[in-house]
Amino acid sequence: MNEEGTLYLPPPSSTIAGEVDSLFYFIFYASLVLFILVMSATAFFIFRYRRRGKKELTSGVAHNTRLEILWTIIPTILVFIVFIWGFKTYLKMNVVPSGAIEIKGTGQKWFWTFDYPNGANTVNDLIVPVGKPIKMLLSSQDVIHSFFVPDFRVKMDVLPNRYTLTWFEATKTGEFEIYCTEYCGKGHSEMLGKVIVKSELDYNSWLEESAMDIPEGMALEDAGAQLYQSKACVTCHSVDGTPGVAPSFKGRYGEMEALADGSQILVDENYLRESILNPQAKVVAGYQPVMPTYQGVLKNRQIDALIAYIKSLQD
Amino acid sequence: MNKIPEHNYLAEPKGLKSWLLTLDHKRIGLMYLFAIMFFFAVGGFFAVLLRLELLNPGKDLMEADTYNQFFTLHGAIMIFLFIIPSIPAALGNITLPLMLGAKDVAFPRLNLASWYIYVFGSLFAVFSILAGAVDTGWTFYTPYSTTTGTSVISMTLGVFILGFSSIFTGLNFIVTIHKLRAPGLTWFKLPLFVWGLYATAIIQVLATPVLGITMVLLILERVFGIGIFDPAMGGDPVLYQHFFWFYSHPAVYIMILPGMGIISELISVFSHKKIFGYKAIAFSSLGIAFISFLVWGHHMFTSGQSEFAAMIFSFLTFLVGIPSGIKVFNWIATMYRGSITFEAPMLYALSFLFLFTIGGLTGIFLGALSVDVHLHDTYFIVAHFHYVMMGGTVMAFLGGIHYWWPKIFGRMYSELWARVAAIIIFIGFNMTFFTQFILGSRGMPRRYYNYLDQFQPLHAFSSVGSWVLGVGFIIMAAYLIYSLFKGRIAGNNPWGALTLEWKTTSPPDPHNFKETPKIDYGAYDYDTVMVESTIR
Repeated sequence: MNEEGTLYLPPPSSTIAGEVDSLFYFIFYASLVLFILVMSATAFFIFRYRRRGKKELTSGVAHNTRLEILWTIIPTILVFIVFIWGFKTYLKMNVVPSGAIEIKGTGQKWFWTFDYPNGANTVNDLIVPVGKPIKMLLSSQDVIHSFFVPDFRVKMDVLPNRYTLTWFEATKTGEFEIYCTEYCGKGHSEMLGKVIVKSELDYNSWLEESAMDIPEGMALEDAGAQLYQSKACVTCHSVDGTPGVAPSFKGRYGEMEALADGSQILVDENYLRESILNPQAKVVAGYQPVMPTYQGVLKNRQIDALIAYIKSLQD
Repeated sequence: MNKIPEHNYLAEPKGLKSWLLTLDHKRIGLMYLFAIMFFFAVGGFFAVLLRLELLNPGKDLMEADTYNQFFTLHGAIMIFLFIIPSIPAALGNITLPLMLGAKDVAFPRLNLASWYIYVFGSLFAVFSILAGAVDTGWTFYTPYSTTTGTSVISMTLGVFILGFSSIFTGLNFIVTIHKLRAPGLTWFKLPLFVWGLYATAIIQVLATPVLGITMVLLILERVFGIGIFDPAMGGDPVLYQHFFWFYSHPAVYIMILPGMGIISELISVFSHKKIFGYKAIAFSSLGIAFISFLVWGHHMFTSGQSEFAAMIFSFLTFLVGIPSGIKVFNWIATMYRGSITFEAPMLYALSFLFLFTIGGLTGIFLGALSVDVHLHDTYFIVAHFHYVMMGGTVMAFLGGIHYWWPKIFGRMYSELWARVAAIIIFIGFNMTFFTQFILGSRGMPRRYYNYLDQFQPLHAFSSVGSWVLGVGFIIMAAYLIYSLFKGRIAGNNPWGALTLEWKTTSPPDPHNFKETPKIDYGAYDYDTVMVESTIR
């Protein structure tokens, strides 16, 4: 199979993708043939029956039962085939195979969190083993999002009031884009993630490692820099001083900050910790209270690491 | 005949008041036409800005918030202020009574009221633009729409009010078609545009109230937190989607059915040929109108609705496609053994055939459940509905404007420039939107302010297409305005057409006809009747 996919479709990388693509191309070629037939007839008629001389009376032909039955029946049969075919694959997409690994996916403005069976969690990176069915149990913390992996031909809306289910089985290792495909506001187009498909061996050793707070032997500051990326702080907080959806991290530590309620506060370790775990408590003036809590997402050592990283970002 | 008739609806009575209080369907239709064209220009302006922003990934000229407001305004304005009223309320209003040989619509005051309600509703929409524009998308999905800080209420209230204008027009047309046909003009002698308007009117009257109720519920939810769509209070945000699409899918047919009616007229007139399969076209309009109420769930195949429901909706969706296909075949068969000429209206009709066929065929991809899962909410959808709505309805609307322009104003536009513009618009349209099919099937989600580098070439090409499209429309505006003052006098029947509106003067008398027209021949009897054109 072509690595780049075809002109119309990205490379199929899940067990279901091939089946979806076959139907896509069946419709594509059937439509193409039909389109060419219809347009050729049009082109032929407008050439053959263009008015060349004076206007005159034309044929009264306005009916042909046999032809009309034919052009009703043939398309009906064709769409019936497409209907059955589409429904069969759709059922497969919605029935999770037994023995699937269950991963909980949570969408919120504007990032994804994934919870694994061993209690580990990741932000925006969904790490799965190749060749194993993965059951995604999806829900949202705020508005409707939608979980879309084009390479897997998988999409499911993520709702705030219930769990929705979908599943996939990756057929090769590598990285595959996750998009949010239900409009969710300012950061909708930044709500991107990646499915990182590893070999089963790598996946298992990753699971073991992920049980630890921060990688062994790594400086707190460096671990914080990694978490800044992997936990999606980067979506809203810059580290070069440019304000975004939220204040930049650069040069904040040790300064006084004006809050939305008019008071002032010193940015110290306790303020940073509170803002990570309970972001609505003291919102900086000029910004919307849109940050979700990281309670339960970050462990204590990881919060320490992030604070160390923010402290390192001095002017 | 090289003079504008002395008594015509444009010239008398005189004065601004006579226009603002007019009960003449032609004047009301004309006022609709101006209002609609204004909003078409506004919506188009937003579209060009959006495409400009999408020229490159990241920020080109606006922030994400602004972009989100602009695509919402583009959609809401184009749908609710332009395309829904476009053909029925503007062209239909002007031509329907003329085509029936009637003096006016059945309820002229209701007709005027519908225009004022339209203007009133549009003021709310304009207000919402000025007061921190909505950023929900034109679909107003909950819970985003109940939680965002932008002016959702004024926009949805505007949509609620606009609904009444649509219902009034529909009601008026149903009664007019039943009661005001000229003696001898039986149902199966009606022009097919009238059948299209009739099927449309049924949907307008039956479906629009559901939209109204949905908008009221949304407003109540925002203001009082009644909780019908709020999961925290036992409500369901997906319920909103059901309500919304229960109107908005039939509404798609409010948009396309009158367009199909225009195409039936244009192809027959410019092929100088009896329409093929009259009854099939007429009944397929009614068939579409009926089934259109039962397919709304195909907007929700990935919403978590039951697989059984999805199956039913998929099946019905394919069913509604068949009558549209039949129409296309009939139009093409009409050209067989015709005597075809290629004036601007015919060029738009041929554009329609090409673009609407692509729009229809790409609908098959989306009706197929498994393929829709991949394509849903990507640019494939954006391309598909622009091919149907703009390639279909707007092309028919432009064809209709050019076709009836000499009847409405008594003057011809420049045929040469009209053909040039039609060709530029056709090319620009395909450049803009065909690329979006590929973007979508390769995975580019819709409503994205930013995108990955891999999509850049196609996005850039599409943006360039939007400029070509813009140039086409600017040319059109120029020669149409010019023609109002300097255009050649058209005469009663510049195309040699057989429907009744061409029997009266151009522009028509304030009372349409001097005496009730006689039905001497059928609307499409080009095999037995020859009427010479008044311009050649």
